[in-house]
Amino acid sequence: MKKKLYCIISLILICISLCGCHGSKESSSFVLPESFDETKQYEITFWAKNDTNINQVNVYKKAIKDFEEIYPNITVSLKLYTDYSRIYNDVITNISTNTTPNVCITYPDHIATYMTGNDTVVCLDELLTDEDYGLGGSQVRFDSPEKDEVVDEFLNECIIKGKYYALPFMRSTEALYINKTYVDKLGYEIPDVVTWEWIFEVSEAATEKDPDGNYVVNGQKIMIPFIYKSTDNMMISMLKQLNAPYSEEDGTVLIFNDTTKEILYDIAKHTAKGAFSTFKISSYPANFLNAGQCIFAIDSTAGATWMGSKAPLLDIPKDQIVDFETIVRPIPQYDISDIKMISQGPSLCIFNKTDPQEVLASWLFAQYLLTNDVQIAYGMTEGYIPVTQKAHESAEYQNYLNREGEDDNIYYNIKIEASRLLLENTEHTFVTPVFNGSASLRDAAGSLIENTCKSVNRKETIDDAYFDALFEKLTSLYHLDQISAQRTKKDLGPLPPTSVALLGSLGAAWLLIGAYTIISYRKDKGIK
Amino acid sequence: MKKLLTVLLGLMMILSLSACKKQEEPQVDPEPAPTDDVVVMNYGEYAAAELGSKVVIEAYVQAAQSYWNGAKLYLQDKDGAYFVYCDGKGEDINLSEEDYGKLVPSVDYSAGWTGLCDGTKVRVEGVKSEWSGEVEIAEATVTILEGEKWVAEAEDVTALLGSDELADHMNKKVKFSGLTVAASKDAEGNDVAFLYNWDGSGAEGSNNDLYFNVTNGEAPFTFVVESYLCYEGSEVYEAVKALNVGDTVDLEGFLYWYNGANPHITSVTVR
Repeated sequence: MKKKLYCIISLILICISLCGCHGSKESSSFVLPESFDETKQYEITFWAKNDTNINQVNVYKKAIKDFEEIYPNITVSLKLYTDYSRIYNDVITNISTNTTPNVCITYPDHIATYMTGNDTVVCLDELLTDEDYGLGGSQVRFDSPEKDEVVDEFLNECIIKGKYYALPFMRSTEALYINKTYVDKLGYEIPDVVTWEWIFEVSEAATEKDPDGNYVVNGQKIMIPFIYKSTDNMMISMLKQLNAPYSEEDGTVLIFNDTTKEILYDIAKHTAKGAFSTFKISSYPANFLNAGQCIFAIDSTAGATWMGSKAPLLDIPKDQIVDFETIVRPIPQYDISDIKMISQGPSLCIFNKTDPQEVLASWLFAQYLLTNDVQIAYGMTEGYIPVTQKAHESAEYQNYLNREGEDDNIYYNIKIEASRLLLENTEHTFVTPVFNGSASLRDAAGSLIENTCKSVNRKETIDDAYFDALFEKLTSLYHLDQISAQRTKKDLGPLPPTSVALLGSLGAAWLLIGAYTIISYRKDKGIK
Repeated sequence: MKKLLTVLLGLMMILSLSACKKQEEPQVDPEPAPTDDVVVMNYGEYAAAELGSKVVIEAYVQAAQSYWNGAKLYLQDKDGAYFVYCDGKGEDINLSEEDYGKLVPSVDYSAGWTGLCDGTKVRVEGVKSEWSGEVEIAEATVTILEGEKWVAEAEDVTALLGSDELADHMNKKVKFSGLTVAASKDAEGNDVAFLYNWDGSGAEGSNNDLYFNVTNGEAPFTFVVESYLCYEGSEVYEAVKALNVGDTVDLEGFLYWYNGANPHITSVTVR
């Protein structure tokens, strides 16, 4: 009896010792309830991002009001942000205290980081297709789109590690906004799709000054011919267009290569001539464009309402606005027969909670944001496009598109042209692989350009040694070496001595326990 | 045999516990103390330095925005003022979060937090930059210095509103006296005393910036409560929310710049 007790105690001790090495307790995965409990009151929080645009806020508020009328037992509390990074930071902070919102606007890159917590983000695979509560489900109380009515490309962007962890909410791309008046003045004709070579050539032509130090093209002291808002997108798009490596699906970082160097050499050359700058260095492209101090501004189609001398939203005094004709083109390309542009825009993710009914309430609200009412209304606030075919094909949305240019507000022509750019090029869009660390890699991509431009402006030497040092610095700064370390086991090195000793003693203990049991058994049975 | 087994199990338990122990952080050499061979500029030399050039200054921390992968600091010395900027997106951190905590009264960013500081002296090495008119020190390294602290008195620049000369006081702690709150238009076109965000696109409870207009009898000027400097719930934030169009107010804050004067207000008194 005593021996058996020893054995049991030994086993319990081993189990406890092994448990001690494990991380925190895992929270349970979401299990879809059979039905939604409408007898209980649910209060859910929605952290939303807007582009400092009151019209977007009003769409959110109306969506919440309408949804609460359909589901009186759900109350939605709205928290407004104007910056994705702030949402990301707050979510990360709140994961540790189990105070995440129920639903939030975010990027898939960020979700990959949220997912490092156990069951923090709800997997949507089952929810998307559930007959009762899935997209277009029979128990859903509003006209929800079916899963196959969501644009494939946009829905697929929400797949992380083979599963859906987000819903697309709105999509945009980048557009090239051109001061056509100045390009004409410089003697150039704008092609339907411009090349990088062309845009830099015209930009350099625009740097000519008169004897008084004024730029010839605008007669002002300031002219930055070409400004790119998002330099991470710039680098990513250029690499994609050249079919050059960036990263792999599993998180392998490939950005530090010879093609990247060639791109940076080219950018450095044009920066040195005063032809190119960036948002971080100079400020918003729209402000320079509208003041006649920039000819080519690349920014999101979701920033279209700020672009052009008749733009409905302005950030500079009206007396600084210069009158010019604005046109919209895809971002410059290396190969005009194979256009590539980035797909971006807000997605929705749902956070797990202990009460599955609360998660279901969150899902219903997130799903409501895909209805035509919300999609079309939000799409009309900027150069976004709805993410469902159902909305694209609706009479209301088609009417909106067809009224392009009727006024400089709802039907502002630049905004609708920007939307059309993406509608007509959806098959030419791409996204980058999403993994834990992909957001850092994206930041590093932008920093390559920002650092190079800053160094040029400071007249530092730009050569291979400079880029080697820059690559090394950014690898360290953004912990890109750690992403690779997470990905591959072979880099982990040998087991620490304590682990070797532990494993060895575990093996030895089991051997001895086994031997002891056999010997005791043989003794009991009188076997020699 | 039993004793051997007991000893082995005990050994195993100890080893398993040691394996679970948090790995020691590698020893990091302490931040090198500032060396005396660095040439520190006075404010005049800094003001004369070209944009894009490297600068080194020493000044006193008057205020700080909440920490965001680096610090945004309002500095001043007896001759002029500076703004230190870190873009907060993975760029080199200009100041560790731990050192930042030594400059501000608290790092508990709950409602009501303000970043008004008690004037610790720091050395800043960085690049003089300009962004939308705001002259600042970017890519900066901030080192805390020992020695006496100093808090600037707010300088009255009311008479300079609307003049080019106001820019000479950029980033200083300033005050404006006897201004009148002018109406802003909300989304419905109503006259209101303030807006959440510049166009009213924010909301209560979201810690958005507050924008409000004031006038000295001529053109209105837009002032802001920067919500990362004075959080929702702070005295100034709530005071602005209580303003009425037509109120006469005395204001204090830092003369930030964004396409023109854009003071970050830290105090409002209604007369």
